[in-house]
Amino acid sequence: MLQTEYVRRLHTGASGIYSDRSGWQKIHVDIPLVLLLMALAAVGLVVLWSASGQSAYYVKRQGIFLGLGFLVMLTAAQFSPRILQRWAFIPYFTGILLLVAVLFHGADAKGAQRWLDLGFFRFQPSEILRVASPLMLASYLGRRHLPPSVKHMLIALLLIALPAVLVGLEPDLGTALLIFAAGFFVLFLGGLDWRYLCGAVLGAMVAAPVFWFFLLREYQKQRIMTLLDPQADKLGAGWNIIQSTTAIGSGGLDGKGWIQGTQSQLDFLPESHTDFIIAVLAEEFGLVGVVVLLSLYLLIISRGVLISLRAQSMFGRLLAGSITLTFFVYIFVNMGMVSGILPVVGVPLPMVSYGGTSIVTLMLGFGMLMSISTEKKRPG
Amino acid sequence: MSKSRATNHLLVIPRWRYALVLLVMALLPAVVLKHVAGLQVIAGTDHGYRFLQGQGNARTVRTESIPAYRGLLTDRRGEPLAVSTPVVTLWANPQILSNSASDLAPLATLLDLGVRQLKERLARYGGKEFMYLARHLTPREASKILDLDIPGVYSQQEYKRFYPSGEVASQLVGFTDIDDRGQEGLELAYDDWLSGVSGAKRVVKDLKGRTIKDVGLIRSEKPGRDLALSIDLRLQYLAYRELKAAINRYQAASGSLVMLDVRTGEVLAMVNQPSFNPNDRTGVDTAAMRNRTVTDLLEPGSTMKPLTVVAALESGKFTPESVIDTNPGYIWLDGKTFQDHSNYGKLDLTGILTKSSQVGITKLVMELSPEHVRDVFERTGLGQSPGTGFPGESPGNLPEHRRWRPVERVTFAFGYGLSVTPLQLAMAYSVLANDGVRIPVSLTRVEEAPPGEPVLDAAIARRIRQMLITVTEPGGTGTRAAIPAYTVAGKTGTVHKVGKMGYEKHRYRGIFAGMVPAENPRLVTVVVIDDPRGDDYYGGLVAAPVFAKVNADALRLLRISPDSLPENQVVEHRDRRRPGDPT
Repeated sequence: MLQTEYVRRLHTGASGIYSDRSGWQKIHVDIPLVLLLMALAAVGLVVLWSASGQSAYYVKRQGIFLGLGFLVMLTAAQFSPRILQRWAFIPYFTGILLLVAVLFHGADAKGAQRWLDLGFFRFQPSEILRVASPLMLASYLGRRHLPPSVKHMLIALLLIALPAVLVGLEPDLGTALLIFAAGFFVLFLGGLDWRYLCGAVLGAMVAAPVFWFFLLREYQKQRIMTLLDPQADKLGAGWNIIQSTTAIGSGGLDGKGWIQGTQSQLDFLPESHTDFIIAVLAEEFGLVGVVVLLSLYLLIISRGVLISLRAQSMFGRLLAGSITLTFFVYIFVNMGMVSGILPVVGVPLPMVSYGGTSIVTLMLGFGMLMSISTEKKRPG
Repeated sequence: MSKSRATNHLLVIPRWRYALVLLVMALLPAVVLKHVAGLQVIAGTDHGYRFLQGQGNARTVRTESIPAYRGLLTDRRGEPLAVSTPVVTLWANPQILSNSASDLAPLATLLDLGVRQLKERLARYGGKEFMYLARHLTPREASKILDLDIPGVYSQQEYKRFYPSGEVASQLVGFTDIDDRGQEGLELAYDDWLSGVSGAKRVVKDLKGRTIKDVGLIRSEKPGRDLALSIDLRLQYLAYRELKAAINRYQAASGSLVMLDVRTGEVLAMVNQPSFNPNDRTGVDTAAMRNRTVTDLLEPGSTMKPLTVVAALESGKFTPESVIDTNPGYIWLDGKTFQDHSNYGKLDLTGILTKSSQVGITKLVMELSPEHVRDVFERTGLGQSPGTGFPGESPGNLPEHRRWRPVERVTFAFGYGLSVTPLQLAMAYSVLANDGVRIPVSLTRVEEAPPGEPVLDAAIARRIRQMLITVTEPGGTGTRAAIPAYTVAGKTGTVHKVGKMGYEKHRYRGIFAGMVPAENPRLVTVVVIDDPRGDDYYGGLVAAPVFAKVNADALRLLRISPDSLPENQVVEHRDRRRPGDPT
C-alpha cells in the first residue's frame, strides 16, 4: 500500500496535469478488463479442447482467433472516442450496403442468405452491424440534447430498425433482435421516456400474434414450440435441447471431470464446440464450473458498467453501456437457450464458443470500451 | 459531443437507469442459474439431475453380452471334430439405416444383395429396431462393411461351429444351430457341458453405436468345456470309407458300422450311410442326419444264434459236442417250414453256428425254455437302453410272451420278433468277447475301464468264441470276414426286411457281427448293409468284407499283435502307441 502511494505520488509529481494516468492508460489498455478477458479466453480454450473432441485443429485456430481478437481490441482502443463518434457513420452505412448486397448476392447456407463471399474469405455483414449499430446510435444521440426530442427519437428508431429489418430478412432473427437490442440500449440509456418504454412493451405484446402468424417462418415457430415441449419431436427439433439439458443435468454439482462427459464426448450433444459449448462445461465441471464462468462474465460486465459510469462524454457513456449490455444479452440468450428456457437462436457463448467472427466482433467492442475507459480526463 | 445549452438537459445518464440495468443484469443470470442448478443439483425436481444423469447414462451405457466360447469336440486322440471360430454378425437398426438411403447401394454390394432386395427387407422390418443383415461373416468380410461407417449398421461378435471331419462323423457329432445351441447328436447331448455361459459387460457407446470403452465387467463369460469323444478319427475315416464303398458296390439304401473297444466299452468308430456335410446343411435330407447305429431298429436274425447256443450250454442239456441231426435239411413246425441251404446232416453245436443251420437251432430251441433264451438276450443288454445319452437312442424291443407259441420260440431264437440297434448288437457281442462280462458303452473317452458285470459264464463265452471262429474259416458263412494273421470270430445274419405287408420276400438286410482277435478279443464290430439291390445280399457277402477291411486296418493302426501267424514268420513289434490309443 505504502509503496503504491509513494509511486503514485512520485508519478504525479513527474507527469503534471495527467496526474491519474498510468503507463498502461497511455497506451489505452484497461488492465482489469484485459486480465478478465484473458482469464475468460483461457477457460474457453480448456473447455473447447474437450468440446471439440480433443481437436488440436480447433484449439489452435481458436487461439489464433483470440490472438487476432486481442490485436483488434488493442488497435481499436487507440482510436479516441471523439474519432469513433465522428466516423461512426462509415462502418454503419458500409454495413447497411453489404446487408443489401447479401440479400441479392449472398451465399446460401441452410436456407438463409447470411454470408458474403469475397473470394478469399466469407463473412456475415450482420456481424459488422452488431458493433456499428450501437456505435452509430451513440454517435447520433451523443450529439443531441438528452433526453431526445420526439424527432430525434424517431430518427434513432429508424437507425436501429434499418439494420435489424435487413438482417431479419436474411432471415436471421436472432441477430436481428440482438442488433435491435444493442441500439435500443443506447436509446434507453440516452433517456428514453419511460412512458415510451411502456408503450413499446405494450406494442410488442400486441404485435406478437402478428409476428407469429405473418412474419415468423415455419422453422422459427417450431423452435418456439420446441421450447415449450421438447419431447414432442425428440429426434428432430427437440434433439438439441433434450441432449443439452441432459448434459447439464448429468453434470451435477462438480461435474464428471474434464473430457469425461458422455453427452459431449460421444457425439450426443450437437454443436458442442460452438453454440452449445456451455453444456459441455456444465456436464464436465458441474454447477461449480457454471458459477465460475458466470462470475467471470459478471466481473467483465461490472467493469463495463463502471467504465460507462466514469466515461468522459455522453457518447462514451452510451456506447460503453450498450456494448456491456449487449455482451450481457449474448451470455443470457446463449445460456438460456442451452438450458432450455429460451428458444434456440444461433447465439454463441462470448469468447468461449468456437468461431472467429464472433470473437473479433466482441473484441472490437471491448477495444472501444478501453478507448472510452482510458480517455483523457477533460479539465472541468 | 454534447453541448449543454439548457439546464434541463441531461449531462449524465440518470442513476435509476443504471440501477434498472444492474437489477435486470443481476436478475436474469439468477434466473438462468436457478434453472441450471435445478437441472444439476436441486433434488426433488421433476426432471432433476438424478433423472438427467440417468438419461445421460441411458444414452451411452449399454450392457453387452460377451459370447462364450463353445467347447471343442475332439476324438480320443485330440483330433478336432467340432471347433468354434470367431465370426462377426452384422445387424441394422432399420429406423436409422433406411434414413440414409444413399448408403444402401455400397452396403448391398458388399452383402451380395440387390439394392431392391435390401430395401424390401428394410421395409419389412420398418417398425423394428433390429434386423440381421448378415450372420457369421468372417472378420475380414465384416470389417469391409463396417469400414463404410454407415449409420445404423452394427456388429456383434459370435462363434460359428466348424466340423473338420465333415460327413465322416456328422451324425455322431451332430451340429449346432446358428445361435450356437446344440441341435443334433453329441452337440445336443452334451450341450450344457460344451456351451459356456455368456458374460456381460457394461460399455459406453457413442451416437453411432460404436463401443468407446468398457466401463465394467458385470460377469465374465465362462467358456464351455472341451469334450473328447471315444472315437478314433483314423478308425472312423476307415470305417466311413469302407462302408461307403460297400453301399455303392451293393447299391444298398443305407448302412451302419459300429466298432467297440472290448475292454473299455468305448465306441471307436460309428458311421452311417447316407451321410451329410454338417458345414453346409442346405437341402440335406433328414434321413441322412440319423445316427442309425443307435436309433434304427433291426431284427438281428442269425446273429442271435450264438446267444441261443449260450442258453443251450447254460441249460446243461447240451455240450459243445452234442450232435443234432439236421436231416433232411428242413423242418415243419405248426405248418411253417424252416429250411437250411442244403442238408447239412449231423451237426454239433459248432457246426450249427458255422453253417447257421435253421433246422439245428430249431431242434435246439425246442428243448430250451423260451424264458431262458430271452433271459440270455436280456443279460447281454438287448431290450435295454445302452445309456449313451445320445439323443433318440433306442432301447430296442425284447418282447415277453406269457405263452410262447412254438413258432415264436423258434423265430425268436433266430433273431426274429425282437429288435435291436446295431450298437446293442455290438454290445451283446462284446459280452461274448469279454468273457461274459458286460461293460457299459461310452461315446466319450473313458480314462479307466468301468467295472463290468459278469452276465455269462466265462468258459461258455470262450467256447462260443471258439465256435464262432469257424464261421470265418473255410466252410463257414462268413469267410469273407477273415483277416490274414488274425483269428476272427463272428456271425453272419441275413434278415428279410419288414415292409407294409409283413416280411418282404426279396428285400434283405445283411449283417455281420464279429470280434478280433478271437483268442483275446479287442475289437467288436457290427456291420449292417441295408437293402442291397445287387445280386449279393447275404450278410456273409455284403457285410463281412467291410468287417474284414476295417478291422484289418484297425488292428494294424492299433498295433494289436497277430495271433494266428503262419509259422516261421517273425513280426517285429514296436510300441509306438500314442496316449489315448485304445489299450
